[in-house]
Amino acid sequence: MPHKTFFWFFFPTGLAMILFIGLPIVSSFFQSLHIENQQILMEVENCDPFGCTTNVRVDVEATEKLKEENPLGRFNGFGTYLDRNHLAFDEIGEAWSASSSIGEFKDIVLNLPFYKALLFTLTFCFAVTPPVIFFGFIVALSINTLTKRLKGLIVFGTILPMIVTPLIGSLVLFWMIDSQGIIGASIKILLGDPNLSLKSSSTLTWITLIIYGIWHNTPFAFIVFYAALQTVPQDPIEAALIDGASRFQRVRYIVIPHLYPVATFIMLICLMDNFRVFEPIIGFSAEGVAQSLSWMIYQDLRNENKMLFGSAGATSMLTIIGIAILLTPVLLRTWKEFRTER
Amino acid sequence: MESQINQYSKQLIIFNSIFILIWLTISIFPFLWTLWGSFKVKADFFTRSDWTYALSGFNTLIETGATATIKAYIESWTEGEFWRATMNTMIVTISVVTISLFLGTLGAYALSRSTFKYTFYILIAALIFRAMPHITLVSGYLFPFFQLNIWGILPTTIIVLVAINQPFTLWLLYSFFKTVPKELDESALIDGCSYFQAFRYIIMPVMWPGVVTAGLFSMMLAYNDFTVTALLLNQENYTMVPKINAYLGTIEYGGNYMWAVSSVVSATAPLFMIIWFFQRQLISGLTAGAVKG
Repeated sequence: MPHKTFFWFFFPTGLAMILFIGLPIVSSFFQSLHIENQQILMEVENCDPFGCTTNVRVDVEATEKLKEENPLGRFNGFGTYLDRNHLAFDEIGEAWSASSSIGEFKDIVLNLPFYKALLFTLTFCFAVTPPVIFFGFIVALSINTLTKRLKGLIVFGTILPMIVTPLIGSLVLFWMIDSQGIIGASIKILLGDPNLSLKSSSTLTWITLIIYGIWHNTPFAFIVFYAALQTVPQDPIEAALIDGASRFQRVRYIVIPHLYPVATFIMLICLMDNFRVFEPIIGFSAEGVAQSLSWMIYQDLRNENKMLFGSAGATSMLTIIGIAILLTPVLLRTWKEFRTER
Repeated sequence: MESQINQYSKQLIIFNSIFILIWLTISIFPFLWTLWGSFKVKADFFTRSDWTYALSGFNTLIETGATATIKAYIESWTEGEFWRATMNTMIVTISVVTISLFLGTLGAYALSRSTFKYTFYILIAALIFRAMPHITLVSGYLFPFFQLNIWGILPTTIIVLVAINQPFTLWLLYSFFKTVPKELDESALIDGCSYFQAFRYIIMPVMWPGVVTAGLFSMMLAYNDFTVTALLLNQENYTMVPKINAYLGTIEYGGNYMWAVSSVVSATAPLFMIIWFFQRQLISGLTAGAVKG
C-alpha cells in the first residue's frame, strides 16, 4: 500500500489517538509542573471608637484576576513531585534520622499518602494475580470436560463477573458482604460478634477488595485458558495415556507446559489492569483504609470547584512510570514476535 | 483412542460437577440476589436484625402491603431521573460504537495491508496507549476542556471514549484483517478498483464477524465506563454508571440505596442480554491476541 493511501486510511484514527491519548499525557505532565495560585492577602484596617486593628484578609478580586490571567497556576517545577503528598523525600529523610528502628521508619513512610497508595496498589496487583491464574486454569479444565450442550450456558454464567463494570460488580458484592447484607450478617451470627463489620478493620477491607479482584478477573483468565486448551496437541496426551499416565500426570507434564506462555500473557495483562484499580474502592466505600494511585488522582479532580490539577498531574506521571515498568516485558515480547514474523 | 482421552473416572466427574456448581454459584448468585432484593424495601434488603427478612419480605409487607414491590424502580426512573441517564447511555454507546468501528476498520485495514516498517511502530505505540490508565488521561483532559468550554457535554465524552477505545479496536481488527487473504483485494486492485473500493466492496463483506466482535468491545467500554463519564460529564448529562454512584453518595439523592439497587438491575439486564446473544464473538475476540503466543 502506497504511503499516501496509508496516510488517508490511518489519518482519522491516528488523529483521534494523538489528540486524546498522546496530548493529554503531555498536558498532564505540563500541569504537574504548575501549582495553584496563592491567594493574595491584603491588610485591612478596621477602625472603631476603641481604636484601629489590622486584619489580614484574602483579596478576592485580586485572586480572581490572577486566576484569570494564569488559570493553570504558577510554575512550580518538580516541586509538586517532591511535596508531602507525592514522593516526599524530605519527610522520608526526616523519618530516617528521627526513627530508631527500621519498623518505625517503615510505619512513618507507609503513612505518607503516596506510599500508602502505592503499597495498596502493589499488594492488590500481586495478591490478585496468582489466584486468578490458578482458578482460571482449574475452571477452564473443568468446563472443558463438559458436553458441548452444557458448555454454552455455563460459560455464560462464568463470564458474568467480568462483563459488569467494576463499580457495579463491587456494589453487588458489597451489598452482600456489608454488615447489613446476607453474608456479613450471617458471619456476624456465626462468630457471635455483633460488632464485626467490614469497615471495622483495614485488613478485612483489604481482603474483601482482593477477593473482589479475584472474582472479577478470573473469567478473563478462564476464557484465555479455555481457548488455549483447545490448541493442546492430542498426540502426546495419547502417548502418555498408553504409557499409563494418570489424568493428573497428563495435565501436569503435558498441558501445563503447553500453557506457560498463555499464563505469562494473562499475568501481565492482569498486573497492568489491576494497577489502575480504583472503582472497587468507591464501590466498597473503602476510601478510609484503602487508597490506590488512581483513586488519589480521582480524589484530586472530583471536587468541581477546587480541582488540584498540579497534584493530579504529578500522580498521573508517577502512575505512568509504574505502568511503564510493568509494561516492559509485554513490549519486549511483542517486539520479538514481530521480528520473527517478518 | 479419542474416546479414551475424554473418558473420565467417576470420582472426577462428581468432583468436577460439584466444583462447577460452586463456581457458578459464586459468579451468578450475587446478581440473582441483587435482582431479588431490588423488589424489597430497604429495611429488608439491608437488614440489621435478621437477614431472612430479605427472603420473606417482612418489612416490605408492612410498608407496601405485598411481599414484593416495584416502588424503587418507579421512583428511580421518574424522580431519580434514571430515564435521562438511560437515554444518555444509549446516545453515548451507539455513537461510540459507530464512530470507533468506522475509524478502526479504516485504520486497521491500512495497518494490515501496508508492508512498511512504520506499521510496526504504530502498533507498538497503540499497545502503549492501551496500557494508559484512563484516569491519568482524564487528568490531562480536564484543564484544556474547561478552557475550551467543552466540558460536561456528551459529544466531548463520546470523542474521548472513541479515542481511548481505538488502540484495542485497532489491534483486534488488525488481527482479523490479517486472516483475510491479501489475494482478495489484490485481484480487486488489478481489476481497477481503488483501495477504498476494494476495502468497501471486497473486504468489508467478509469482515462481519470481526466487526461484530470489535463493536461488542466498544459497546462494553462505552456502556460500562465510569472514570471518564463521572469526571467529564456534568450532573444532568450523567450516564447510568455515574448516576448509580450519585444515588449512593451525594447530598442531592441522600444516599438512596434502594434506587441504586434497582438501577443496578436496570443497567445490568440489557448488557447481559446482549452478551448472551454475542457470547461467541466476545470469546473469539478475547482470545484473538492471546492464543497465538
